[in-house]
Amino acid sequence: MTSPTSDTTAPDSPHRSTVHSLVRLWPYVRPVRVRLAVSAVVAVAASCMSLFIPLVLKWMVDGPVQDRDPGGVWLGGGLVLLLGLLEAGLFGVRRWLVARPLAGVEAAMRKDLYEHLQRLPVDFHDRWASGQLLSRATMDLQILRMFLAFPLVFLVVNGATILIGFAILFTQAWLLGLVLLAPAVPLMILCSYFETSYALAARRAQDQAGDLATLVEESVLGIRIIKAFGRHRSQANAFRRQTRELWDTEIHKARLLSNIWAVIMTLPEIAIGAALVIGSLQVADHKLSAGTLVAFLSTALALRWPVESIGFLLAMSNESATAADRYFEVRDTPVVSDTDGTGAGARPDGIRLEGVRFRYPDAPPHTAELLRGIDLHIRPGETMALVGATGCGKTSLTALLPRLHRATGGRITLDGVDTAELSGDRLRELVAVAFEEPTLFSASVRENVAMGAGPAGAGEEDVRRALAVAQCDFVDALPQGLDTQVGEQGLSLSGGQRQRLALARAVVGRPQFLVLDDPLSALDVHTEALVEAALREVLRDTTALVVAHRPSTVMLADRVALLADGRIAAVGSHADLLRDSAEYRYLMSGGTPEHDDDALSALEGSDAR
Amino acid sequence: MTSSAATETGATPDTPDTPEPGDSPAPADAHPAGSDTDTGAAPGTGSGSGTGAGAVVDPFDRDILPAPRNAQLLLLRSLLRPHARRVWTAAIYLLVQQAAVQVGPLLVAYAIDHAIPAVRDGRHGALIAVACGYIGCGIASGVLQRVFIRIAARVSQDVLVDLRGRIFRHAQTLSLDFHERYTSGRLIARATSDVESIRELLNDGLDELIEVVLSGIYITALLLFLDWKLGLLTLVSYGPLYLAIRSYQGRAVEAYRRRSTAIAAVIVKFTETMNGIRPVKAFRREQPNDEAFAELNARHYRANGDAILEMARYVVWSRLIANITIAGIVLWGAYRVAGGGMALGVLAAFVLYLRRLYDPIDRLGMFLNSYQSAAASLEKIAGLLAQAPTVPEPEQPVPLPARGEGVLPGREVVFDEVRFAYRTGGEVLPTFDLRIPAGQIVAVVGATGAGKSTLAKLLARFYDPTDGRVLLDGVTLCDLGRDDLRRGVVMVTQEAFLFSGTVAENITIGRPDATREEVEAAAKAIGAHDFITALPDGYDTDVRKRGGRISAGQRQLVAFARALLADPAVLILDEATSSLDVPGEQAVQHAMDTVLRGRTAVIIAHRLSTVEIADRVLVMRAGRVIEDGTPAELIADDGHFAGLHQAWQDSLV
Repeated sequence: MTSPTSDTTAPDSPHRSTVHSLVRLWPYVRPVRVRLAVSAVVAVAASCMSLFIPLVLKWMVDGPVQDRDPGGVWLGGGLVLLLGLLEAGLFGVRRWLVARPLAGVEAAMRKDLYEHLQRLPVDFHDRWASGQLLSRATMDLQILRMFLAFPLVFLVVNGATILIGFAILFTQAWLLGLVLLAPAVPLMILCSYFETSYALAARRAQDQAGDLATLVEESVLGIRIIKAFGRHRSQANAFRRQTRELWDTEIHKARLLSNIWAVIMTLPEIAIGAALVIGSLQVADHKLSAGTLVAFLSTALALRWPVESIGFLLAMSNESATAADRYFEVRDTPVVSDTDGTGAGARPDGIRLEGVRFRYPDAPPHTAELLRGIDLHIRPGETMALVGATGCGKTSLTALLPRLHRATGGRITLDGVDTAELSGDRLRELVAVAFEEPTLFSASVRENVAMGAGPAGAGEEDVRRALAVAQCDFVDALPQGLDTQVGEQGLSLSGGQRQRLALARAVVGRPQFLVLDDPLSALDVHTEALVEAALREVLRDTTALVVAHRPSTVMLADRVALLADGRIAAVGSHADLLRDSAEYRYLMSGGTPEHDDDALSALEGSDAR
Repeated sequence: MTSSAATETGATPDTPDTPEPGDSPAPADAHPAGSDTDTGAAPGTGSGSGTGAGAVVDPFDRDILPAPRNAQLLLLRSLLRPHARRVWTAAIYLLVQQAAVQVGPLLVAYAIDHAIPAVRDGRHGALIAVACGYIGCGIASGVLQRVFIRIAARVSQDVLVDLRGRIFRHAQTLSLDFHERYTSGRLIARATSDVESIRELLNDGLDELIEVVLSGIYITALLLFLDWKLGLLTLVSYGPLYLAIRSYQGRAVEAYRRRSTAIAAVIVKFTETMNGIRPVKAFRREQPNDEAFAELNARHYRANGDAILEMARYVVWSRLIANITIAGIVLWGAYRVAGGGMALGVLAAFVLYLRRLYDPIDRLGMFLNSYQSAAASLEKIAGLLAQAPTVPEPEQPVPLPARGEGVLPGREVVFDEVRFAYRTGGEVLPTFDLRIPAGQIVAVVGATGAGKSTLAKLLARFYDPTDGRVLLDGVTLCDLGRDDLRRGVVMVTQEAFLFSGTVAENITIGRPDATREEVEAAAKAIGAHDFITALPDGYDTDVRKRGGRISAGQRQLVAFARALLADPAVLILDEATSSLDVPGEQAVQHAMDTVLRGRTAVIIAHRLSTVEIADRVLVMRAGRVIEDGTPAELIADDGHFAGLHQAWQDSLV
């Protein structure tokens, strides 16, 4: 689910100047700087061609046409043709020069962002919705590429064109030049002002459209709940309200647009009209040649866009700066440096947690630590079940072992080696995990399972063995067997099927240490028994921590650790804990959490069965 | 928002790059064909009893659903009909406005050829007329443009609101069976990225496209009027121009399609990595992912470059044609002016008009692109809207019989000769009869695909039976109004989806008018109160924001609190306790025994602990009820259930 309102999830960075933000693009622009510069020069040249055409026109009107000299007309026509061909050619050259290099800049920035994101810690990803990251990797980068292709170059080019154009106008007829220049500056200012407020409205419309999209997504994803409770009406009301808000914003945008258009259409026309009248009077008085007037009006027309564009271009640069800020906001998040220790424990010692403490980095400051000094030793080859009330931190504890989160205190050792000294890769090579919510990637069943053995993958035989352990016999019934595509882009499997594949993935690499988070929750009784039997074989020579919600899962373990109040409250065999710990009894067989004679006797009754 | 006076120099915020319909974060269109089996009981798995024998292509595998011919035209017409008056008004404004815009060069010609000689003769009337005309037209064109934009925006925004609403309401009305086959991703894509591409056309292109075409017609007519020979020369240039546009379009469609496929692949990979960052890290996928992403990214880079170059090629050709025509007209015109065959002012007017005529042509290609993608989107939407809901609302709802005082709150459920098969053929439930007396708690067990969920969905009227009737206190479900139906039957499913908003809001979905006390009471009854109050903002914690870490089990408890609050006569639990731990499960059972006492309940569970509270157990296999009795009877019978029960007993302490 994407949260469309960026500002709530993303920490606001202090606003920096536009130029400062854009200068940060330099490392990516550097490789293409020559082409970019040449393209600007070519574009200036092309603009000049269109400014020269009216001059040729003037020469023709005042020269050969006046003199009734058809030969001169041919020369002029040829010149116009030549300039026209040059203009078209130069435009082509300009675009050709930068098309691929700038697409390359976009691609390089995206690649770097992706690689950076993969290495940011899990808590960063907890904080940022993937939609937010995605919009930085797509929309913002597109804006930046367009900035390099257009505003950056055309601020220079159109600036130059305006200067050259007005220079030409002034040399032709300074009075007319002044008349035309009059609206230019207010027009630029108005456009830039307009574009800023328009960009604000556009951003708001985008956010609202995003909210609307979220609502639509949810009402599709949650359709069963909506139908089950007949809540169509409240969804529809929320939908109506949000579409209405979006409508308001869009109409506001249209109003802004209509105002600026009215100005853009009217102001220059009035100036040109004034120039036409004054020019006509001067021509009548023979102070000005007819050719000059024609050339003048034609040049004025050619200058309209460059003048209007300055405001737009400045505003776009502003927007690009925002895009750059958003991009670098993510890139600037430091990757916690990884140690490169690859040592293996000299002696088998299993997993040791010593005084491990943990709190989520984004937890509100007043809340207590989630884990407050965990001491636990899992002997080599032993399977330890981890039991605790809902929300007590079992899953968080399992995330500490492969260092998906970093413990805020204490240390964890594997066979005597402090995991803090191991590189992430080495650590995760040693420790395999099956998560509570099994995620499959868009790939074949084979690839999804084999990735459990690390980047090297696993052979067919290992995959088959792992699938057998997890009782994934359904795989053979899939359309393409092992090669059936699953995940977002493929066949959707049931919860139980996904869970079994995730389990196969965890055991395929014959890891030394295994962490299973409630691995059998979605299985039916029959399958659960089969998986357990097979899993026992695997667990025999693996050191494992298994989060368990029910007695059947606990049966996999040699010993059980009870997690309560952020500490390990008790360790022992299932029977020991049932006898000694009221809380454990409560978690495993229900009843009341307090010492309750009735519950106890009921329990003993069932024990005696 | 670009000036119609823009030359390529003005390369407006590079339009060619904007229409990228595949860019939305819902990349559902990238589904490979045949990826669509979704439901637990996948239709047509093997069973060859399909109606249409042979290779039947499921239309749901494609994005475009079968729709009556002209569906999109009819849709367009029905969207615009309520705004017919505004559309006509806007059209008239635009016609007048364009006329005002195009008067300018005509006045220049008049000034040069008539007003200047007149001034020389001491008569200023003509020039004054020119001045008034020019300035008047300038103001008129600006003012009319303003009015036109506003009217057009009203129409297009109203149309968008209408269209969004139709899709939304229709999607909500369509039955679950449609949702399961069409997949949420595609439905979301219809409602977001397809609407977006229509919005892009309406907002940023359509009026300009119309203006370009309209001004082209005006200018051509004026040129022919000013001088038919030169005018004809201009007309001749339209031929190659047309060819250039067509060839660009042909290539661009291909290039843009490849680019949007490429970006969709990039987006899928990106989203998948970020959403699955835990397994990515745990299984050291970073390096392989880098490589896979670099490959996808490079493919997009190439496709992107191709698309941009395609645009560049078009710009060069259209510019060349335009400039050659201008040169030809200047040459021929000047030649004739020199020869006295034409007035100078007319030549000046030609030069000015041609500039106006050809300037927007660069962007024409882009408009056509966004027009095409909008048309494609409209077709997909029309296909969706043409789907008739298979579970329609009754036209004349029948109310449920009133409950007498002191009677149990539950209601009787009867399946009367019910049979259910997917439309694609596969029979899920052969004809059967079943009666559940009011207040009975029935557990349904069986392997995946045995038809348990289908039974539940028929009872919740997510589906209608293929044959037969499902009755609630003697009333067929199909005859119940929606509100009555939901007061009667509520279903809690396995996927405990939380809507964005607070925890309290998520619970009140059960009963929107519930007070905070009632919400808390429901949470307490189900044992969810403690963990909810431990959240950063308690009941007001936003489930999508920081600190809102809610585990699968906790989500199921919230879903349950919802059902408690709804307080239905019949409650269906479809694997609704799978992620709960033992105390959670017991809280549910406790609630069934107290708060929900006397309700009719159908419980589907793979965990037999839930069965303990059942009055009756149904064992299903391959769509049939093979065992039916009280738990004690079935255990004694030594049938399938007895075996399951034994396995479960063994798994316990």
